[in-house]
Amino acid sequence: MQLSREDLLEAYRAMKTMREFDERLHIEFATGEIPGFVHLYCGEEASGAGICAHLGDRDHIASNHRGHGHCIAKGCDVPGMMAEIYGKETGLCGGKGGSMHIADLEKGMMGANGIVGAGTPLVCGAALSAKTLGTGGVAVAFTGDGGSNQGAVYESMNLAAVWNLPAIFVFENNGYGEASASSWATAGGSIAKRADGFGIPQVTVDGADYFAVREAAGEAVARARAGEGPSVIECEMRRFHGHFEGDPQTYRTEEELAEVRATRDPITRFVARVREAGLLEEADFAAVDEEVGALIERAVTEAKAAKVPAVETLADHVYSSY
Amino acid sequence: MNTPTSTPAKPKTFRAAINEALKQEMRRDERVIVMGEDVAGGRGGPAEAEEAWGGPFGMTKGLIKEFGPGRVLDTPITEAAFVGAATGAAMTGLRPVVEIMFVDFMAVAFDQILNQMAKIKYMFGGKATLPITVRCLYGAGFRAGAQHSQCLYPMLTHIPGLKVAIPASPYEAKGMLAAAIRDDDPVFFFEHKATLGMREPVPDEEYVIPLGQARVMREGKDVTIVAIGRMALFAAKAAEALAAEGIDCEVVDPRTTSPLDREAILKSVRKTGRLVVVDEAYPRCNMATDIAALAAQEVFRDLRAAPRMVSPPHTSVPFGGPLEDAYVPSPARIAEAVHTVMNDK
Ligand SMILES: Cc1ncc(C[n+]2csc(CCOP(=O)(O)OP(=O)(O)O)c2C)c(N)n1
Ligand SMILES: [Mg+2]
Repeated sequence: MQLSREDLLEAYRAMKTMREFDERLHIEFATGEIPGFVHLYCGEEASGAGICAHLGDRDHIASNHRGHGHCIAKGCDVPGMMAEIYGKETGLCGGKGGSMHIADLEKGMMGANGIVGAGTPLVCGAALSAKTLGTGGVAVAFTGDGGSNQGAVYESMNLAAVWNLPAIFVFENNGYGEASASSWATAGGSIAKRADGFGIPQVTVDGADYFAVREAAGEAVARARAGEGPSVIECEMRRFHGHFEGDPQTYRTEEELAEVRATRDPITRFVARVREAGLLEEADFAAVDEEVGALIERAVTEAKAAKVPAVETLADHVYSSY
Repeated sequence: MNTPTSTPAKPKTFRAAINEALKQEMRRDERVIVMGEDVAGGRGGPAEAEEAWGGPFGMTKGLIKEFGPGRVLDTPITEAAFVGAATGAAMTGLRPVVEIMFVDFMAVAFDQILNQMAKIKYMFGGKATLPITVRCLYGAGFRAGAQHSQCLYPMLTHIPGLKVAIPASPYEAKGMLAAAIRDDDPVFFFEHKATLGMREPVPDEEYVIPLGQARVMREGKDVTIVAIGRMALFAAKAAEALAAEGIDCEVVDPRTTSPLDREAILKSVRKTGRLVVVDEAYPRCNMATDIAALAAQEVFRDLRAAPRMVSPPHTSVPFGGPLEDAYVPSPARIAEAVHTVMNDK
């Protein structure tokens, strides 16, 4: 795979933005200022970035509860996301959704989701629109290992195959669903191989390897755009933080966590590889770091300063007409 | 039935009361099993021998240690399958207690609830019993957004064959959970997430609060406030404030919406002639409309004012703080409704 300097910078920028966004949330959440449930994507960035690198505004994704990274990868406005998480009127959903419901249809982002497994049927619908309207678009569902066990996921895979939809089912296997190991909860030892039963091409990749994800996604997207139907990609990865902010992580050891951070950091690995190949230099990374740092700082400052939604808006947006 | 006697009861949280009832019922009857996502936690991980979570909110702590993995079953994230499995298990000899975490997730399993669990006994001419308890968290006020904050008990109350219990406080929760688990019908048991840390005296020993019996939380002569779950606590608070103004409220907590203790409600309304019903559920076809209609039909001539309903607006539950605060009925809104019925001459 030959990536341009611009591609590489863009990949780094995307992953770094995701990382800084969620690491900052980790800190801010502890102050008690952020309402509700927050699930962080740190450690999983290569998946969102590698998949969405192939997507544009005509393409759609549906995310899950751990959705910040997917939103960033799909081009959602970062200050708008932050404001949404703070429940402010300047948020992408006007403060009505929060972390688990960030959405931006103009960017093809069909929403994070509070219901595990619920994104896959939505993606069949987006793929159907693309096919019917002839947009050339594809639709990607991001589901966790835990979510992979929902019936709706298999109904969707079957439907996508039967209707020959330009749909891609990405399973982000981060080793755990809440406090249960995926090796326990997911019978058969492989999520991806379940696709065989539907005759859907599947592949399992190292989800901490940006290049591996990007390559697998490129094939799946090309198949979808060529009218050759759905694909399944399983990304093996680990999350760096708890299931939600506040989770004491009693189900895994300190050693496991330390080892995960040391060996399975997609950003560290990306940087090492790109540097080794002499494709980007220290100064390139530093420039992006500075840019991202300023963006996150601005996002937080603006979110904190923004107004909360006016109480009069409470009953808006229930219907299109009344 | 039996009310507790002996030792003075210690203050316990809602969480602890639920936990205690689960343990006591599991000791009492070995057919009682518990299942749900991470009710123990840590399956397949390095800490497997221990329980990692004991339930996402700690309600099932210690169960796997005492009763073992044969009776305390973690599930994959697959509500349709395990709610349905509980139904099948109940038909064939077990007494499952299912934890569904947030009531909102029940939607994933709704065929199993609505078309299977609720109808099997009836369709089979009575040839099945379904001793199932489904525990779930409900309610707004937690900044949890539209998919983690609903009430939904009116939907379940609507369905013949299902029973619905909504305890307001720890004492109530322990006795009602025991009743639910001993009941031979499916009982949906609602725990408000904002009250999990609430403390009140709860006896150590077993006791049962029968389903279908309302309680009068406070006697009064001017207005009857019927309020459900967390709203019963809010109603009691409002009643206290109103007492200072000389308005004497009677607060009735139905405890279960199915069966509904119609007589207790009607008796109180006959006495006061005024009715305010408070329900945190969406306002259309909820318990407030149901109970107001009941009063209108049965005790119309005893009413001195039109019944008032206090519920949220007809919207999904918003995320942002001020919106959610405006959404949930407050003691102040209850008091306002009481003033309205008092002034309706
Ligand atoms: C239908 C449904 N059931 C349960 C939950 C509670 N829940 C939220 S996230 C989660 C674990 C999801 O695990 P996984 O799919 O592996 O995603 P991860 O959190 O690891 O990214 C659970 C059980 C939910 N939100 N929706
Ligand atoms: Mg997972």
